[in-house]
Amino acid sequence: MSANDIQVLIRQHLIDPEVCIRCNTCEETCPIDAITHDDRNYVVDPAICNGCNACVPPCPTGSIDHWRTIPKVAAYTVADQLTWDELPAQQDIPEESLATAVIEATPQHNAAVSATSLLPPHSAEKPQLNLFDIRHPVTATVTGNYRLTDAHAESDVRHIVLDFGNQIFPVLEGQSIGVIPPGTDASGKPHYLRMYSVASARDGERAGYNNLALTVKRVLLKEEGKQIKGVASNYLCDLQKGDKVHVTGPFGDRFLMPNHQGSNLIMICTGTGAAPMRAMTEYRRRLLTNSKAVDGKLMLFFGARSPEELPYFGPLRKLPASFIEQHLAFSRVDGAPRVYVQDKLREAYKAVTELLLGDTYIYICGLKGMEAGVMEALSDMCRAANLDWNSLHATMVAEGRFHVETY
Amino acid sequence: MSSINYSEKIPNNVNLSEDRTLQRALEHWQPNYLQWWQDMGPDGSHGFDVYLRTAVSTTPEGWAHFGHVKMPDYRWGIFLAAQDQNRQVHFGEHKGEAAWQDVPGEHRANLRRIIVTQGDTEPASVEQQRHLGLTAPSQYDLRNLFQINVEEGRHLWAMVYLLHKYFGRDGREEAEALLHRNSGDQDNPRILEAFNEETPDWLAFYMFTYFTDRDGKFQLCALAESGFDPLARTCRFMLTEEAHHMFVGESGISRTIQRTCQIMKEHGIEDPEQVRQQGVIDLPTLQRYLNFHFSVTIDLFGADQSSNAATFYSSGLKGRYEETKRDDDHLLKGEHYRILEVQNGKLVEKEVPMLNSLNEVLRDDYIKDSIAGIGRWNKVIEKAGLSFRLQAPHKAFNRHIGTFAGMRVSPDGRVISEAEWQANVRSWLPTEEDRAYVASLMGRVIEPGKMANWIAPPPVGINRQPVDFDYVRFN
Repeated sequence: MSANDIQVLIRQHLIDPEVCIRCNTCEETCPIDAITHDDRNYVVDPAICNGCNACVPPCPTGSIDHWRTIPKVAAYTVADQLTWDELPAQQDIPEESLATAVIEATPQHNAAVSATSLLPPHSAEKPQLNLFDIRHPVTATVTGNYRLTDAHAESDVRHIVLDFGNQIFPVLEGQSIGVIPPGTDASGKPHYLRMYSVASARDGERAGYNNLALTVKRVLLKEEGKQIKGVASNYLCDLQKGDKVHVTGPFGDRFLMPNHQGSNLIMICTGTGAAPMRAMTEYRRRLLTNSKAVDGKLMLFFGARSPEELPYFGPLRKLPASFIEQHLAFSRVDGAPRVYVQDKLREAYKAVTELLLGDTYIYICGLKGMEAGVMEALSDMCRAANLDWNSLHATMVAEGRFHVETY
Repeated sequence: MSSINYSEKIPNNVNLSEDRTLQRALEHWQPNYLQWWQDMGPDGSHGFDVYLRTAVSTTPEGWAHFGHVKMPDYRWGIFLAAQDQNRQVHFGEHKGEAAWQDVPGEHRANLRRIIVTQGDTEPASVEQQRHLGLTAPSQYDLRNLFQINVEEGRHLWAMVYLLHKYFGRDGREEAEALLHRNSGDQDNPRILEAFNEETPDWLAFYMFTYFTDRDGKFQLCALAESGFDPLARTCRFMLTEEAHHMFVGESGISRTIQRTCQIMKEHGIEDPEQVRQQGVIDLPTLQRYLNFHFSVTIDLFGADQSSNAATFYSSGLKGRYEETKRDDDHLLKGEHYRILEVQNGKLVEKEVPMLNSLNEVLRDDYIKDSIAGIGRWNKVIEKAGLSFRLQAPHKAFNRHIGTFAGMRVSPDGRVISEAEWQANVRSWLPTEEDRAYVASLMGRVIEPGKMANWIAPPPVGINRQPVDFDYVRFN
């Protein structure tokens, strides 16, 4: 099968013209101006919408929450949508085209509500995309599975190494892969694909090896007194050395690191959101040890409940301050006040705002709850430093220098 | 600052605790407000758990949090949209100056008047609607009514905050008076006439939320442009809440039409009497209700020629709808606008200075927005294959304020005699019989998912919940 045979499907976001009251709330809310209107309808531009869902809760009618799976080339245009009196039905996608389809998952994967760059940094390496899909995955072999959190810590976060042998699977720092858990769900359907950010540098978890690392937290939820296990995370966390895993991807063409001299990185993350930050940091560290250092500052703001639950806590402590400035925030340490990444940002506001004036790239990754606090801190800090955050943010977004990925 | 501090007695995102005097003054007003809610809020509902939306921040992810709440425990508070440090006054004589963070002395009286007039409508509508809970056509609708009521209460808070913070003792007295005037009270009525009318039935309620809350939207949009930044930020956040109110109106009428059309098709009937025998609301009655609410509401925009409106604009207090999206000089000094007047028994257009016509400009923007929704209702009738069409009456029809007050004009815009008016008024405006008929349909339906016979179910529930969700727990 050649890449040309692969049909790219998207989940297109549509507004129901029969239920919409044209109140303009969605257009007002959309952080990237993907919604527009004429005298007749409010519509979503498929070329701009990144599926962030920021418009969904504020909509008073529920008309905003409609999605159609459709070949990307046949997406309904703005002009089409402006003529509608009702929504089109979901078209049948033929079995055989589903069999070879790639559903573009990346945009919908991101829960970020702040404006985020739609382009990578100008000096980013060109990423490889969608080499393997759900019908034709690549098989990787587990070569390591280590617990990153302290044995006494409540959360079980693991560092899992997958080896690709002689198969091609090139990934860049910030890209993701898809993992397909084996078996079927309660209704007999195969499990759907889950996305994980790569935690290792482009030249392998171990330099020169065709492998990569993932940072996976075991998901255990209590619902109505019963314990619910996250399907994919428990599958991955229980893997033994030598086990085989079906993988798709690589995915992601935006959340990538700059490679030019003088580019600074501000990395803000919580929990397993550290994976891409670890990858970027490790790549820059390798360049440094190979005397190819990129002359730029690295700043890391990393939050967890406690030091015991902070993935990569030990190795991070060994990195010299001259290479990376680290600010670790802990929100559940006995006897200490709760500290979040945004508090650490505010403490370091002089250094941060100084960097913001320069050739700097911001990466934010973690649970979606952190996003609002971080954005507020950035805005407040800029105000204190007499910088206009709104216009700076817009410039960084436009220049591929501001990346948010939350889940 | 967008996140809302809920740890204080009065939830807020304005650092209320840093201003002890203001905090104490508002904490003193709070029990009076709660007493007003007990006395004049939704009748017999204080023990219900209602599935309500409460804002936890003023950014998109934070302002739609849902959960069951007893209405008297609803966290009314003070929420302003985020501040833009670089915001300027963008119309009138102060155009280009930094937006005011405090009230300019020379505009104090006018601003207070604007805020009091807006503030007065908020509790008024709660009072007008206080008995509707007893005749709700479904639990879903009951919940929507209560959501509107608590948010109108919050809008009162929004205005009272401005009065307390920026207008000293006068402001505090005005805030008290907002709780003392009552809708329809002979001795101490609400300021604007439409807010002293009764909202006797659910058809009137949907019409009110479609037409009159839309007036609220346009007034808030105009005030969200204000050079007085705290007022602009307050109104901007209020608009996000107002959208739900208009939704309830538009979808309520739409569902009523849908049900009527369904019955008409099922039985192959068009005669209003036969339609009524099936227990649904005939389309001509809907048209008469529409005529009434449309005409009463457009009176709210004030006289067509108004020097006050010119002053409010020129001094940067109240802009036009979508002021910042318009590309003119935002001063309007040499501009003209065409308004209607009566000459020799006919309505003719006349060109007048635009500054004096800004009430009319806002009214015309409102009319355009209203008519678009009527078009969407007609789509429902068209889809059912029926030929009847609803339409907005002429803007001179049934007016009590401005040039047309005291004149007789037909819905199609002809100036007519008193005799012709009297001969036709029963087919243009709701009659006592119409109101009695609609009232006869109003019975309370509270079983989850069930609808009164005269209205269709909504296409979707609230917050992705099913239509038969327990929106209200009666305990």
